[in-house]
Amino acid sequence: MAQAHTTHDGSHGSYQSYIIGFVLAVVLTVASFAAVMTHALAPGMALAALGVLAVVQIVVHLVFFLHLNTSREQSWNLMCFIFAAASVVIIIGGTLFIMHDTAINMMSR
Amino acid sequence: MLGKLSLSAIPFDVPILVGTFLAVAVIGLAVLGAVTYFGKWGYLWREWLTTVDHKRLAVMYIILAIVMLFRGFADAIMMRTQLALAYAGNPGYLPPHHYDQIFSAHGTIMIFFMAMAFMTGLLNLVVPLQIGARDVAFPFLNSLSFYMTLVGALLINISLFIGEFAQCGWLVYPPLSEMQFSPGVGVDYYIWAVQISGVGTLLTGVNFFTTIVKMRAPGMGWMQMPVFTWTAFCTTVLIMASFPVLTVTLALLSLDRYLGMHFFTNDAGGNVMLYLSMIWTWGHPEVYILVIPAFGVFSEVTSTFSRKPLFGYNTMVYATCSIMVLSFVVWVHHFFTMGAGANVNTFFGIMTMVIAVPTGVKIFNWLFTMYKGRVEFTAPMYWTIGFMITFSIGGMTGVMLAMPAADWILHNSLFLIAHFHNVIIGGVYFGYIAGMGFWFPKAFGFKLNEAWGKRAFWCWFIGFYLAFVPLYILGLEGMTRRMNHYNNPDWYPWMLVAEAGAIVIALGIVCQLTQLYVSIRDRNLPENLDLTGDPWGGRTLEWSISSPPPAYNFAVIPDIHGLDTFHTEKQLGRRAHNKPLAPIHMPKNTAAGAIIGAFSFILGFGAIWYIWWMAGLGLIGIAVTMIMRSANRDVDYYVPVSEIEHNEEIYSRRIAAAQAAE
Amino acid sequence: MAHEATMSPLAHADDHGHDHHHETPNVFGFWLYLMTDCILFGSIFAAFAVLRNQFAGGPSGKELFDLTNVGIETAILLFSSITYGFASINAMAKNKTMVLVWLAITFVLGLSFVGLEVSEFSHMIAEGNGPDRSAFLSAFFTLVGTHGLHVTCGLIWMAVLMVQMMGPQDLSQRMMDKLTCLSLFWHFLDIVWICVFSFVYLAGVM
Repeated sequence: MAQAHTTHDGSHGSYQSYIIGFVLAVVLTVASFAAVMTHALAPGMALAALGVLAVVQIVVHLVFFLHLNTSREQSWNLMCFIFAAASVVIIIGGTLFIMHDTAINMMSR
Repeated sequence: MLGKLSLSAIPFDVPILVGTFLAVAVIGLAVLGAVTYFGKWGYLWREWLTTVDHKRLAVMYIILAIVMLFRGFADAIMMRTQLALAYAGNPGYLPPHHYDQIFSAHGTIMIFFMAMAFMTGLLNLVVPLQIGARDVAFPFLNSLSFYMTLVGALLINISLFIGEFAQCGWLVYPPLSEMQFSPGVGVDYYIWAVQISGVGTLLTGVNFFTTIVKMRAPGMGWMQMPVFTWTAFCTTVLIMASFPVLTVTLALLSLDRYLGMHFFTNDAGGNVMLYLSMIWTWGHPEVYILVIPAFGVFSEVTSTFSRKPLFGYNTMVYATCSIMVLSFVVWVHHFFTMGAGANVNTFFGIMTMVIAVPTGVKIFNWLFTMYKGRVEFTAPMYWTIGFMITFSIGGMTGVMLAMPAADWILHNSLFLIAHFHNVIIGGVYFGYIAGMGFWFPKAFGFKLNEAWGKRAFWCWFIGFYLAFVPLYILGLEGMTRRMNHYNNPDWYPWMLVAEAGAIVIALGIVCQLTQLYVSIRDRNLPENLDLTGDPWGGRTLEWSISSPPPAYNFAVIPDIHGLDTFHTEKQLGRRAHNKPLAPIHMPKNTAAGAIIGAFSFILGFGAIWYIWWMAGLGLIGIAVTMIMRSANRDVDYYVPVSEIEHNEEIYSRRIAAAQAAE
Repeated sequence: MAHEATMSPLAHADDHGHDHHHETPNVFGFWLYLMTDCILFGSIFAAFAVLRNQFAGGPSGKELFDLTNVGIETAILLFSSITYGFASINAMAKNKTMVLVWLAITFVLGLSFVGLEVSEFSHMIAEGNGPDRSAFLSAFFTLVGTHGLHVTCGLIWMAVLMVQMMGPQDLSQRMMDKLTCLSLFWHFLDIVWICVFSFVYLAGVM
């Protein structure tokens, strides 16, 4: 019960913050679709662009829709999120690393 | 109407199963009859089955774990007996079809329903008391978790008498576990039992993490938390990080089986090796989920009975946390031989060896805690010392197996079996039994019998070495695991020794039962009663309240000023608090957990046997019960001050009586 | 499930009418559940990533995916996010009617998302490209279907809350907690969808 009874300071969002988040999300989504549908980029570059845009958009959603921030009240939420994200990276990265290496080594694919 | 279920699913033709069924039926009817005869159904329902009190759930978890220990051990001794007989042309008494079910059930039951249930029971009993909380963060979810575990255990045991169990090992590797090779219901029993209990475990993880983060007594910073709570915290983190992976892996396997998908099949692009990688992404952290709380128990036991603060509290905490993180990046060591290249195997091999470092740190911390302490050799201390020796050996063979080159020789051999029993019996089981002896008086108000506890220890300790050292030797001689019979004359004597070891362990279990019987019989003897609530001269908060504690645990939430505040205050002679009492807000008991559990059972059983109306009924029942629960506003009450005063009064009188007796 | 009476003195204080909007353990517990859900989706993504090229002679994403449909689905989800956001704002202002209106709009958007997904799936299955066709399609149906199943659960939850809100629970602290939890759930599903359209659909047609 260490946390103080701080008063509410708009951390649950306002019309303005939702609309800013929405506009950013739309721009990023359109950019992702455009990167693929216009065929302007080489496949490798397009995949990289998709990755970057997706990460940015996830951050936008976290900040504007899920109201994740660095305040003291949210510090545990943030820490848990970072830990979960790291776990996901380990699971996906590790699985791909193992399966890719195995596929090459066994000439199975 | 009844899916795959028909009378032929009941194994009338297997005498062992018919005998077991009769025994279970007789014992079950005797228990039910006794409850009816003594008119205890109402009491049982109101006070236990619908309870949301973490202490009572803890007792039920541990009873479940002990019952499952019998089941798992019965499987174990049957396997040992088979291998002591099935030599040189003798087929033994277990045909392969039955034997394969037994080794699969043994592993599944011991890990999911013995060890996990025992671990959750200890967490439930101790964590809220150690952090000065009145219950866990979500008491109803806690009851639900218990019922999910119970339903999983029921399903897996029903497979004995209706249908069959999986025959492809405790992690049901495909493609053997796919429909093509295992068309029976055995694998489905496995999947549903483990999935349902997995939901319960995940909820436990969320519940206890929230409890530890949000509900510590005022002033208890992170580095003032008792070590057992720290280990509980790390375990809940691992549960939350790894159990979703298990859920997904088994869900993909069930999609293969039920909907003909191709995740792990041999054809249409499926990839069996993906299953291995995914299941062990969960499987390795799981081992640490089990053993980390055992480390916590040893820390509490060692410092209490050495009459010293734990040596190197900070390093203990850091070691626990680094084990927690490392355990998540070592999973390939379970399948070094699968065919990954040197890059993968080297990375995961080195990470595995690195884990030995923080674990070694812990061993030294316990040794230095005992060093120059006034060690009191109680039964929990026996288990702790036995653990330090046994676990060190198991850890060393683990480092051997962590070398990919050595693993290529030892993989799938009995050496591996010996290794993980060495760490799971020597680490996990010894730890939980030490914890049970240590906290038993807190839960029931009287101590366990010391003499029988020590006899049980010696039987387990000697029996363990007799049963598993031969397995190390057999593994080096090339004997593989899960063998039904063999012809090699060199192996035979060792199998006989291992059988003898299993019998000695059986004696250990008999000693433990006797210990429970004798302790309950003699509970009112003055030397056994725990009047003060602090029978061992403990250091942490759970010993500052009466045994058993009232439902609300703490009449007044204590203020914490540092590590082992309770012990410090005892030294200074400041025992009594003088804060004013206030009404205490408590959750009401609820049947919702039991009802959701019952519907989960219906769902699971229906899905296993392809009885779709039944599965649908279960699913709808779960949803409706949850919605009704969420509409229920009558979920809490206040304990009046008069009742708290009354309880405190009784407690003071008991303390006075204890002081007078001294 | 996270909206239970808790043991925390924090929740206790709220019972006595203090008008704090800070987080209760309910919401934190639900956040933790979401983190486990995040790992659950991560595991399915890992399986999809491994099996993404195992067409087994069947169609690839390039032949199957209709990006217009995906674009419409994405737009619907984005709109539903912001409409749920407006419901949250009105809940803070204790404007129950507007909460119900915005939730109803969100519900309709969510339902049309699920409808589009069901029709996409049924078309593919009707053409013989169901989840049993190849490992790639198994992974595709499972990943996208799991997201769709989550959205469906969210819709059921939303309907239950709307009914309960009209009853005696009104906009109590407990109801506010439930609304916050569902809000986190709904926005979280959007984040999962970002990964789905980026790495399944868009990367699949390249």
